[in-house]
Amino acid sequence: MILGRVIGEIHSTIKHPFYDGKRMLVVERAAPIGTTSTDYLIAVDAVGAGVGQPVLVLDEGNGARQIHRSTNAPVRSVVVGIIDEVSEGDVERATGIEPV
Amino acid sequence: MMLARVVGVVVPCVVCRGLEATPMLIIQPLDKTGRPKGRTLVAADSTRMAGPGELVSYEGGREAALALDPWFVPVDHTIIGIVDAVHLQDREEPS
Repeated sequence: MILGRVIGEIHSTIKHPFYDGKRMLVVERAAPIGTTSTDYLIAVDAVGAGVGQPVLVLDEGNGARQIHRSTNAPVRSVVVGIIDEVSEGDVERATGIEPV
Repeated sequence: MMLARVVGVVVPCVVCRGLEATPMLIIQPLDKTGRPKGRTLVAADSTRMAGPGELVSYEGGREAALALDPWFVPVDHTIIGIVDAVHLQDREEPS
């Protein structure tokens, strides 16, 4: 799974029917401390995450379809958790994620 | 999924079975600020409505083919939706 932070949302009118009524969040991947993240992905929200929150993103198709109880949904990335705290060794928030 | 800009159209004359009449577009992947990132690629269009100049979201890998009908087709990138607006924390970028 990927550690990241929600930085925004995208909105589409014309889209695959699976995505009707689903929130699509722009998630910035966590970068090592001292560096700036340039990587992002767009994930479907499954937990009600908001902009600015650190989240856990599942980036694997079978698990993503399992969450949506579907066998053929064209989905790979799903926000599956909201993170309270991250620590690496003795260093908290070592992944560069800012506090909520 | 990632964001991309449609930059061209591909018209194949021979395709694998199941891909007949599937629109193929050339897309330029974008970074989160909307700048081009990486090389262009050819994606099938599941919306059947995207065209050059439009901002789209696309999926890669096995999931790409699942957006199409029939879904058991040799496709590795598919346009999933046409993006109306991207709302980012710091700034807003209309399509």
